[in-house]
Amino acid sequence: MLQFDLQKHGLRSLNSALQEQKEKTNQTSWEVINPKGSHSIAVGIDAPIEVNIKGSTGYYCGGMNQQANITVKGSVGPGVAENMMSGKVVIEGDASQYAGATGQGGLLVIKGNASSRCGISMKGINIVVHGNIGHMSAFMAQSGNLIVCGDAGDALGDSLYEAKLFIRGCVKSLGTDCEQKEMRPEHMDLLKQLLSEAECDAKPEEFKRYGSARKLYNFNIDNSDAY
Amino acid sequence: MCGIVGLFLKDASLQPCLGRLLSDMLVTMTDRGPDSAGIAIYADEHAGRSKFTIQSENAERDFQDLPNYLSKHLNRILDFRVNDTHAVVTLDQNVENKFSEVLTAFNPEIRIMSHGSSLEIYKEVGLPEQVTQRFHITQMSGRHGIGHTRMATESAVTTLGAHPFNTGVDQCLVHNGSLSNHNSLRRKLRREGILIETENDTEVGAAYLTWKIKNGASLGEALESSLKDLDGFFTFVVGTENGFGVVRDQIACKPAVMAETDQYVAFGSEYQALVDLPKIESAHVWEPEPATVYFWKH
Repeated sequence: MLQFDLQKHGLRSLNSALQEQKEKTNQTSWEVINPKGSHSIAVGIDAPIEVNIKGSTGYYCGGMNQQANITVKGSVGPGVAENMMSGKVVIEGDASQYAGATGQGGLLVIKGNASSRCGISMKGINIVVHGNIGHMSAFMAQSGNLIVCGDAGDALGDSLYEAKLFIRGCVKSLGTDCEQKEMRPEHMDLLKQLLSEAECDAKPEEFKRYGSARKLYNFNIDNSDAY
Repeated sequence: MCGIVGLFLKDASLQPCLGRLLSDMLVTMTDRGPDSAGIAIYADEHAGRSKFTIQSENAERDFQDLPNYLSKHLNRILDFRVNDTHAVVTLDQNVENKFSEVLTAFNPEIRIMSHGSSLEIYKEVGLPEQVTQRFHITQMSGRHGIGHTRMATESAVTTLGAHPFNTGVDQCLVHNGSLSNHNSLRRKLRREGILIETENDTEVGAAYLTWKIKNGASLGEALESSLKDLDGFFTFVVGTENGFGVVRDQIACKPAVMAETDQYVAFGSEYQALVDLPKIESAHVWEPEPATVYFWKH
């Protein structure tokens, strides 16, 4: 294992070392100490390596991740795993706003709570939150799955496209064009698999599914007077 | 952008370190705003006394003659402490109503930064490190304090545009965000007789709270109604004689993180502001909810 002291060696040197790792690297295990809330830690990695961050981070931790397995032993600031492509990012504490925004693949696990705009404009990422999520989560979410074991805040799934939202607790309010949908066997299977990958012991049958009512997809001529 | 910090001490043994802790917190937020910086500190208070923090562009000249002038015209000046471009004047509460008039007669360009029994506000153009150094903030003790580093968006980079803003006796405000209805609100508040000196949006937010409180609202009620009457983005941290409060607008896009231990409650725009506080590893750390007023009192 390679240990990297962020206070001593600085962010650019950490990120360039991580970004230099290739598909077949043998330096597969990294530990970052003294993150002290710094921004942009472990962004842009494209290699199957493990990165353990020992402490809380600032903005954009694990952004644009491909293949890497990143764990944060603390909480993260805004925009964790933003635009993730593949791999896995696990947050042991809480996440601030827009966690997993625009993510295109991979799995983001938040073991605490996530704040507002979790999964905004998600495009294929899977997000599992053990706790609650804040308002305007999954706004304009296009594809992928957002699984929340706690409650969801106001305006869940506003202007939603085809992402699937699974909430175990209460939903404070649904956003425009978001509605509750039936749980079919394939959804149970999907939940079972993702909950297990996220080390979460919630039961698939405890969740409700929400999705797009698809009423905003096409212009409705009856609304023409509004313009 | 803009960075804000706040620290409320539950443990009196930390009071001698308040200035140092708060300065260190503010310096970590430098990246969020390089234009001006300021700190409000709630220090010792004495019954029957009032404190004014004043500021002059020509401090050396003005502050030489001012103490004698004040003593002559007010006769109850108890202390005059110069600190760079600022000075803290302590006087008998019975003459506080006349202070502003006498000060204006001496030199109308001297500005009052704060008024209260324990509040002192220090603010200038420059980086947090420079501003906290020139006022020797690290040497100050106190019960609680708030700080701000500014990235100017709505008005010029000047001392008067720097935060914190004094909103009433022993009350002050720092703001991260931008208010979009500040022009119409400024006109309305001026018609109501509230003094607003600059084109700055936060000054209007501060004046709004002053006006609400003047009309009988508590600070908590004034903050509640700001959620309805102020349009735009804001995370506010307010200081009062007994503590501090936090409120974020409904959208809550301006960042905020808080930490609490049995020794203190701390606020930062980012977690970086909190990392060097005592025992932060075991603190309860959370993000304040939108449209919710939080308060801590001694």
